[in-house]
This record gives sequence, C-alpha cells and structure tokens, in this order.
Amino acid sequence: MGRALRQKAGKFKPGDAVRVRSDDRPGHIRTPFYIRGKTGWIERVYGEFLNPESLAFGGDGLPKRTLYLVAFNQIDVWGKSPGAKDKVLVDIYEHWLDPAA
Amino acid sequence: MARGHHDIGGLPGAGPIDQTEHHLSDWEILADAVNQALGARGVKRTDEMRRAREQMDSETYRNLSYYERWIASLEAILIEKKILTREEIDRKLAQFETKWGEP
Amino acid sequence: MGTTHDSSEIPGNHGHDHPRHELSYYAKRIYAIRDLLLEKGVLSEKDIQCQIDYQEARSPANGAKLVARAWLDPDFKARLIDDPKKACVEIGIDATSINEFVVLENTEKVRHVVVCTLCSCYPRPILGRPPDWYKSLNYRQRAVNDPRGVMREFGLTLPDDVEVRVHDSTADIRYLVLPLRPAGTEKFTEGELEKLVTRDSMIGVMDPLSAPPPI
Repeated sequence: MGRALRQKAGKFKPGDAVRVRSDDRPGHIRTPFYIRGKTGWIERVYGEFLNPESLAFGGDGLPKRTLYLVAFNQIDVWGKSPGAKDKVLVDIYEHWLDPAA
Repeated sequence: MARGHHDIGGLPGAGPIDQTEHHLSDWEILADAVNQALGARGVKRTDEMRRAREQMDSETYRNLSYYERWIASLEAILIEKKILTREEIDRKLAQFETKWGEP
Repeated sequence: MGTTHDSSEIPGNHGHDHPRHELSYYAKRIYAIRDLLLEKGVLSEKDIQCQIDYQEARSPANGAKLVARAWLDPDFKARLIDDPKKACVEIGIDATSINEFVVLENTEKVRHVVVCTLCSCYPRPILGRPPDWYKSLNYRQRAVNDPRGVMREFGLTLPDDVEVRVHDSTADIRYLVLPLRPAGTEKFTEGELEKLVTRDSMIGVMDPLSAPPPI
C-alpha cells in the first residue's frame, strides 16, 4: 500500500466481498454499466476523494467519498474467461457498493 | 437500466484496434491547451466536461473525433457558465472565415 | 474589434497544419473560443502557451526513466511502488497534477493492462498525451472483456496460466504498468534500458523491447 494512499478507514476493508449497486439514475456516474450488479472484493482502499457526481454539475464534491479498488473475476463479469485467473479491477466509490455474502 | 453512450466497456461488435497515430494538428493542440488552461484557472472541472460529453446526442458523440468532442463539450460548459454565448462564438468565427478565405 | 490571435503558430508542429477554411465545424470554433476567452480576460496567451509547453515536455521518456531506474535499483523500485509521486520527485519528474498515482508491477505470473472505458483517463505527466488507439471506441469497448485478444493484436500472446488484470481507470487514480525487464539485458546501462521501455509496455498491452530500436 502506497504511503500516499494509506487510508482512512472506510466502511469496507481489503478482502471484503462487495456487490456493485444497480442504481439507475440520471447524472454523471463513474461506475461503468458492465460492472453494476456484479460481485467482487475489495482489493485496496484508496482513501477519500471529492464526489464526481457533484463536481460534474458545478458542485463542491462534498462530502468526500471513500474510493476502493474492487476486483472481479472475469468469469463473474462476462460469464467467460480465457485465462482462469483473469480479473477486471475497477475504481468504485463507497456509495456504489453493498456488502455481499 | 440506462447506459450512457460513453459507457461502452464490454459492448459487443467492436473491431480491431487501429494502431495508426496521427500527428496532432494545430487546432487539436490548441483545444487541448485551452482546456487544460481553463482547468488550471479553476474555470471548469474535468467532471463537468465529461458530463457535457455524456449529454450530447449519441450520434454526435460517436461521429466526432476526439478533440471535436472536447471542443463541443467545452463550448457547452462555457455557455452554461455564461462565460460565452453561442452568438459571440458564431460572430467571431464569421470574422475569421472572411479572413481565412471561405465564402 | 479586439486583437486577433489566430495567426499565431503552435510551436513544434510545423508543417502539419491544414488550411483553416478546410477545418471541420468544431475545429474552427476553438479559434473563436480561444480569442473570446483572451478578449474577456478569462485566459491569457501565457496561460495557453504554458499548457502547450507543458504537454510538449511530457512524453513516455518520463515513464521510461522510472521503469529503467526501477529495473536497476531494487530500493528505488520499492519506493516507486510504495509512493510513486515521491519517486517521481526523486528523479525530477513533475507529477504534481496527478491526484493519485499507482504503479502496477508485472511479474512472470501477473500482467496488468490499463484502460478507461468511460473516457480516456491517462497518466499524462508520465506518458504525455494518450495515443489515438487508447482513446478509440474499439479499445475502450474491448479491453475489459477481451484483453488477451487486444494484446495479441499488439503482438503479445500470453499463456493461459498467466493472470491478466485489466484496470478500468474510472476515478482519480492514474496507473502506470511497471513491465518486466527483458531477459538478456543484464549488461545494459540505464540509458540503454530506457530505450527499451515503450509507451505501450507501460499501458500494458505489449512487452518492452528486448533490443534497442533501430535508429
């Protein structure tokens, strides 16, 4: 974990299983469509960042949101995986994540 | 669930990657620099530019080149922020076109 | 009318411009937008020129310096992975405009590749402006679900037991791949190693060169 990225504690910690929300709402969203509803796990906690959903409309980006690196098995995202261990990793803000069993 | 026209990861039907590079034209370098300079001055934010690109109509988004998309979104944001008006830009361009030799 | 600036040339780009009247609708408009912003005092000519100069000074050579040094110096590599922005300061690369910078280390068993499916996020201070293919819709569509196919097009075929990790750069983090040092380069100097580190190897779609490129 990089020194610059030593995190404040967020809701999740590395290894936690998470499910990406399938929210459908207007506005500027940085959670890609293909990953919504998918289940993965927290790989790294990146700390707090201004919220782009607010910045995009001239807002102040507050409150800040905890950003995570979330890992997914390719097979769980696309239903296929040429390499058995292949993964997709996406930077996702905390308010887009729910705990998964 | 709605999918924005910019949100294309994993969409089927994509062809091979064209690895040809083009040398940037003056207008592209200028578009890049004006955009970065406005960001540095705090006039607009990257997320606003992205949102403007997401709000343009889908056919335009897919048909414009990269820096054309930047200019279109920059214009939209500058007008939204009441820094420029479309009429001002049209008038200024008309002056240039006379000088550039277009009818 | 106010001063017009449209005759100013863009340094370092001689001989590649098109006649202005042949430009597309939006290409023309940037000249008008630029002049209006100058007239209204929103920007100065210096603001714009500074950005042109800054971008011209950024190139994959910056990233190659980081990678070659990391290949030669295990302590530097550890620092580069632990705190990339600080490591940039150490070798004189200005990465201050990056909010957060993360280095992804390739190994024999794990390979990283970077894409931004939503736009074209890219570590500009380290690699310069992104290449056309990185910004293309085809790359943005395919990199996340067909990374091995994309790599094959670039000339890299990976065994099935290698783990491919695609990073979709959706937020404020900018990623640089630290590629594996090619075999047979044990006697190379730092300068020679830098020449092996291609831009595409730092995005992750290709391996570094194993011999210096022909001049």
